[in-house]
Amino acid sequence: MSFPGAGLAKGLAVTLRTMTRKTVTAQYPDAQPSLPPRSRGVIALLEENCTVCMLCARECPDWCIYIDSHKETLPAADPNARARTRNVLDRFAIDFSLCMYCGICIEVCPFDALFWSPEFEYAETDILELTHERDRLREWMWTVPVPPALDPAAEEPKEIASARKAADKLAAAAAAALEQGGDAQ
Amino acid sequence: MNLFDTVLRCVATLVVFLTLPLVIGQTEHKVMAHMQGRLGPMYAGGFHGWAQLIADGVKFAQKEDIVPAGADRRIFQLAPAVSLLPYLFVLLAIPVGPDGFVGQAIDAGLFFVLAVMGVGVIGKLMAGWASANKFSLLGGLRTAAQLMSYELPMVLAAASVAMAAGTLSLPGIVDAWQWYWIPWQIIGAFVFFTAGLAELQRPPFDMPVADSEIIFGAYTEYTGLRFALFLLSEYVGILVVSALTAVLFLGGWHGPLPDQLGWLWTLLKTFALAFVVIWLRVTYPRLREDQLMRFAWTVLIPLALVQLALTGIIKVAIS
Repeated sequence: MSFPGAGLAKGLAVTLRTMTRKTVTAQYPDAQPSLPPRSRGVIALLEENCTVCMLCARECPDWCIYIDSHKETLPAADPNARARTRNVLDRFAIDFSLCMYCGICIEVCPFDALFWSPEFEYAETDILELTHERDRLREWMWTVPVPPALDPAAEEPKEIASARKAADKLAAAAAAALEQGGDAQ
Repeated sequence: MNLFDTVLRCVATLVVFLTLPLVIGQTEHKVMAHMQGRLGPMYAGGFHGWAQLIADGVKFAQKEDIVPAGADRRIFQLAPAVSLLPYLFVLLAIPVGPDGFVGQAIDAGLFFVLAVMGVGVIGKLMAGWASANKFSLLGGLRTAAQLMSYELPMVLAAASVAMAAGTLSLPGIVDAWQWYWIPWQIIGAFVFFTAGLAELQRPPFDMPVADSEIIFGAYTEYTGLRFALFLLSEYVGILVVSALTAVLFLGGWHGPLPDQLGWLWTLLKTFALAFVVIWLRVTYPRLREDQLMRFAWTVLIPLALVQLALTGIIKVAIS
């Protein structure tokens, strides 16, 4: 049973009910937002891990990662050996005015040198300031959160699984050796 | 009535004219925000943005006063005043409390109020025509058409109250008011309030200023203080229509409190109606132009005529 104007009355009821409820507005500069885990705020660089393999710079769709490096020759450790060379990072910069926060650089990094940080308040008045050089990228490292824990039923991470396998093998071998020794006695 | 008394009444009306619309505007900011699950202004003035409209006023005053090159300068500059001032005069005639608590008691007060409110239309039509802008012209013409068609049900509904009270004087009408007038005049109250809403071009009757299709209607070319005056006239309009509805249909100062506090009742009823105006704005979408016209001519005017007939029959039956 509906009478004419029922819809109008319903509309008035909706707005009135909303008025009595708590608002959803977050007073941002006064109250910090609670960001979900894995928030993509800014990219941090752990330069100690970087080997200048250039994978990130090559995969970047925007070409916004700038890397300069030179090779250094390390003296051979032993006279018969060949002298080793290694890459030394001279410049690592990300231009956040170009970055589209796809996270591909972080995905491809084989040495865990790039991380997501949830920090997002780095707006600048000059666009050139948005190019973060290596020291600034290194500073963001301190804001990188601990990775969220795995699900309770999740598979073991590969490195832990393989380490456990190796440890189990070693323990089994030791136990076998102990048993053999006991038999000999 | 000596000179001092006259000046005092004028100044008091002016103060009401300048403050209560701001209160209504601030209420609209906050009520609308909360009805939409927002907070509304929070910073201006420190406590829940109470000074937002003052800040807005300062901003408007700082802006450049632009007159378009093709505009009819004098008419363009005069229009905001023509649209704002009638409401000031109407406010002067609205009784707030018993025993002469009114700016100026006029014998044909109802007549005066309705006639003067009609003048505001000319201000909007002037603005629309003088702006030399097609959107302004469209808005101005829509305003004119809308106000023409809604003036009639408004006058008919008001006539019904005048008939019931047997007087055209506003204090006289409130004096004659009895509680049973509310069920008796309920159709008239609905027609009067709705038509008043349309006269103010408040949503859902805001076709003349429909910002998504004709920018801002007659006010498109206005900036700075002149624009602020148009906005102010809208909010004074809410005050006037709410106060008139309260006085004519809800019994003005009649209420449980003693007569000395009657003005409080008038204010309370006025603000309750102003809240309804805001509430309707938040809730309903805009009526299309043809729906707007059809509503006036096929719903409001027949209802007003029915109310008029009902009033006449009961009046004859009582006497």
